[in-house]
Order: sequence, then C-alpha cells, then structure tokens
Amino acid sequence: MPIFSVYIINRAGGLIYQMDHHQPKTEVEKTFSFPLELQLKIVDERVVVAFGQRDGIKVGHTILAINGDAVHGRKLEDGRDILEVIANSENYPIAIKFGRPKLSTNERIMLASMFHSLYAIGSQLSPEQKSSGIQLLETDGFKLHCFQTLSGIKLIVLADPKQSGIENLLKKIYELYSDYALKNPFYSIDMPIRCELFDKNLQGLLDSYERSGFYSQGM
Amino acid sequence: MTIYNMYIFDRNGTCLFYQEWQRNKNSGMPQEEEFKLMYGLIFSIKSFISRMSPVDFYSNSKDGFTSFNTNYYKLHFFETPSGLKFVLNTSLNVDSLRDSLQYIYNSIYVEYVVKNPLCSLNSAIKSEIFKEKIDTYIRGLPAF
Repeated sequence: MPIFSVYIINRAGGLIYQMDHHQPKTEVEKTFSFPLELQLKIVDERVVVAFGQRDGIKVGHTILAINGDAVHGRKLEDGRDILEVIANSENYPIAIKFGRPKLSTNERIMLASMFHSLYAIGSQLSPEQKSSGIQLLETDGFKLHCFQTLSGIKLIVLADPKQSGIENLLKKIYELYSDYALKNPFYSIDMPIRCELFDKNLQGLLDSYERSGFYSQGM
Repeated sequence: MTIYNMYIFDRNGTCLFYQEWQRNKNSGMPQEEEFKLMYGLIFSIKSFISRMSPVDFYSNSKDGFTSFNTNYYKLHFFETPSGLKFVLNTSLNVDSLRDSLQYIYNSIYVEYVVKNPLCSLNSAIKSEIFKEKIDTYIRGLPAF
C-alpha cells in the first residue's frame, strides 16, 4: 500500500515542504523504425503522446529520452529539436523512452497554491453551514488527504486508494512538524522547511506506516 | 443521509439543470455566478488531478475524479465520454453514487432529453417530465 508523497502548504498557499516517498515506475523504452506510428503534440513545452496508445505507452506520456540522451523540454541535451529528430528518417531505428513527466519544483508550487484555492471554493459552495474545505479527494488512481491545522497550515498526503488510517498519519506528521520544524530555533514560520531531523523522522514514519498498513501508538 | 442538490453541466460549462432538495446554506451570490464557480471548481480539480497524479488512469474512465469530502458534505462527480458532467452533493455517510449518476444519464437524460425533439441539447433543460423523473429517482434512492 504505497504512500506517494507529502506536501505542506502554509497559510498563504505557499508550498513549504514536499517529499516524494514512493514513485510508481511508469517508464517504457521502445525502439521504433521509420515512420513513427504515434501522434505527438506539444503541451506546456513538452512533447506528449496524443494518439496511438500501445505496449504500455499511454496517451499523456511525455518523451523522457531519445537513444539514452535525456530530453529537456522539447529539445535534446545537444540542442536539437525532438520533433525534427523524430521526423528525420536518417535517425532511425530510434529508441525512445516514454513516461509520466516528473513535476518540476515550479509546477509543485503552482499545484500547491491551486489546491489552496480549491479548498476555499469547496467550502464556499457548501450546501451545509460551516463546512470546511476539501479533506479527501478521491480518484481512480489515488486518494488525496488534507488536514488543515488550527493555525491554517495544510498537510497533504497522496496515497493509494486502499491505504487506511491516513487521518492518524496526518496527525503524526503534524506532531513531527511541531517537534522538528517549529521547535528548531533556525526555522522561521511560514518559510520552507529545511530540517534534517524532520526529513529523517518523516521518512521513518512513512516507511513504518507502509509496512504495517496502519501506525500503532506504541512505536 | 441527505441529498442536498444536483447540477448538470454540458461540455462548454453551461448549467443545463439544477435542482435542490435540501439546502441549508446559500453561497451568497447570484445563481448564475454559483454555476460558473461550481463548473470552475470541477474543471480545476480535473486539471489538478491529471497533473498531480503519480499513476496512470485506466483507459475506461474519462478521468480519475470521482468525489471529494469536506467535514460536512460529499460531492459526487460523473462525466460521460461526451463531456456531460453530473454533480451531486450529499451528506458524508453516503457511499459512491457513480452508478446512480450513470443511471440518471442512461435512463433519464438520454430517454427524456436526447430523445425529445423539443429539447435543445446545449441550453437549460426546461422539460417538466425530465425534472419530475429526476425528482422521483432521487427521492427513491436509499441515500435520500
């Protein structure tokens, strides 16, 4: 039962901590001959598969590497444009690696502030008095659990839909936050958390949680 | 268990249908504005999920979003392949209503709106029989 990642958002919607714990492997490498059967398009300066799902390559996957050379945006490391490389029959056979793109720090900051506003709108559209914002977001592939502390900090855990007891985990993370970030004299409130002890303890907590399926008080 | 209200949106974000059964708080804005805000919320959540997701979604569902909970209500969401969106707000103790929303689409929307030559497909649904059928169906649900 994997726990995918943990995010901490401050009162203003800024991302102050992020940790990836378990990243499912989605990369697929395949050698193609000319012409390429896949339809590609450019989304957010990335080359994305638009049509032609096959052999584990899914629509929405981006190109991560060509012949082992990592891709940056829509260009290869040596500055050649990917679409031109793929269109040129002299480059074939060609090995292309596809996968879900890894989020950049900027994207994570953007998504964190996006969630901050979704949380507020969720509370505004409530049909019932005094509702909070989104606490649990369910999708087919994962569940997002959010716990807002009294001081307005949001702790977010992305976990497998079958993982139970995340509410307790969120409280434990809050405990670690108060113990290792807030009590650290070098930490200033609402600023990014850079505390080795916090990292270490959070890692340990997530590991033990995943192993046992739930966290026992006595650990 | 309570069912609060229901929205149906078309693929362009027009609110085709709105019905409320029990609503204890208004959003404090004109209804038109509220529809836009609700559509915006759904749209943003979908985009948020598709970027945030660590896993690929199965190809049979249009996208992964099914519901969200706050401490007082639960929002159920169902989208057809043609982009029609069904949103239903209930209390927290209700299980997934995806099948019920699918039924509303299959057996009420298709029967009484799509097959009704007098109903236009991309403006608000005025059909009385559609309204009545939805009302009867929702009131008959165990979750009501």
